[in-house]
Amino acid sequence: MSSIAVIDYGMGNLHSVAKALEHVQPGVEVRVTADPQQVRDADRVLLPGVGAIRDCMAEIRRLGVDAEVAEAIRSGKPFLGICVGFQALMDSSEENGGVDCLAEFPGQVKFFGEDLQDQQGQSLKVPHMGWNQVKQACQHPLWDGIADLSRFYFVHSYYVRLAQAGQVAATCEYGVPFDVALAHKNVFAVQFHPEKSQQAGLKLLQNFLNWDGQL
Amino acid sequence: MGLAKRIIPCLDVENGRVVKGVKFLDIRDAGDPVEIARRYEQQGADEITFLDITASHEGRDTTVHTVERMASEVFIPLTVGGGIRTCDDIRRMLNAGADKVSINTAAVFNPEFVQQAAERFGSQCIVVAIDAKKVSAPGEPERWEIFTHGGRKPTGLDAVVWAQKMVSLGAGEILLTSMDQDGMKSGFDLGVTRAISEAVHVPVIASGGVGTLDHLVDGILEGKADAVLAASIFHFNEYTIPEAKLYMQSRGIEVRL
Repeated sequence: MSSIAVIDYGMGNLHSVAKALEHVQPGVEVRVTADPQQVRDADRVLLPGVGAIRDCMAEIRRLGVDAEVAEAIRSGKPFLGICVGFQALMDSSEENGGVDCLAEFPGQVKFFGEDLQDQQGQSLKVPHMGWNQVKQACQHPLWDGIADLSRFYFVHSYYVRLAQAGQVAATCEYGVPFDVALAHKNVFAVQFHPEKSQQAGLKLLQNFLNWDGQL
Repeated sequence: MGLAKRIIPCLDVENGRVVKGVKFLDIRDAGDPVEIARRYEQQGADEITFLDITASHEGRDTTVHTVERMASEVFIPLTVGGGIRTCDDIRRMLNAGADKVSINTAAVFNPEFVQQAAERFGSQCIVVAIDAKKVSAPGEPERWEIFTHGGRKPTGLDAVVWAQKMVSLGAGEILLTSMDQDGMKSGFDLGVTRAISEAVHVPVIASGGVGTLDHLVDGILEGKADAVLAASIFHFNEYTIPEAKLYMQSRGIEVRL
């Protein structure tokens, strides 16, 4: 049976994502761990994350998770980042007065702003919380069986702007257009929470568990 | 295309059983919160709120177990409220699988608790529940105050000012219940809903008083709420969640179908 390491760096609730993985593939070995050997031995790696990026990055560095992430990405095994686990892969974030991230992919994490408005001039709440439509920007094994413009559950105040258009796997709009999924070789990363996005989200997790990391 | 307004069914749970009655058709065990939550998820509920009204300490262990079971079977956001007084309470619920916790009375007696909780767990999982009651006399400018103990004890705190304070301390969402309207089935108090929705930059969930689908629409369009919470109209099968969403959509509200 295949195994997946859910990297535990002490931030947020990993129970949800572990339960969702077990639900879509009963028998899968889910390791919630920060142990480098456990991560190295796993068939797949998932980097989750909620909370403030400064605290997340501090824990990632303190626990040596930065090296584990870099190794997993270069190993070619399927890698999935979720929410702050997506943002952490960028160059830097505007949050907490500016924080350097892992710089695995060129891009910035930006604030929605306090005076965000929709096209009709109505003010929009921040955080962006709830179900929004995700526009797929490429064909990818992780989108298999998921209709374009399906709704996924989001909760975040900062968004990713990828520097390379070729790495954008999906976009969304909330006052501004922004990038909500990245695809590059064996890496896929999303801003939304598939583990909380009912059928569409569970399908994405199932696709990830079935993916060999090839395009 | 854009963010959908949310419909959130609320379950009142005591010692692991749903109370206040739930009368779905063709459900095997009307009292099991997990089965009911799963049914709502399948109907298209956008989140579930689980309000624990268990009084005893032993009963709280049952609650944790129920949240664990629910989180293993229901894959939409789950908020747990009732009796959340310490960071340990929050950690227990998050570890059990809750995505957010709702803090009510403890915030009134110890506002710094909201700040501690937001710093430790992140604002995204800290909901502050506000029970408001209108205190202005007819003809006066409308004014609402915070009440505790199920609406029995006044605090003298202005509801709008309080909501702003909670957000400044780190609340990521406000669950606003109008104590005048709760259980009356005559609609939300749209005045306080709108006043608070316009005063804070975080999402506001309107609660208390839903009896018809028009009430849900009014809460969004006139109250400017980001989400609407209801219990009895769904529990007693007066309306299903798809019916509510289709009706909201027909009135121009963006929903997840």
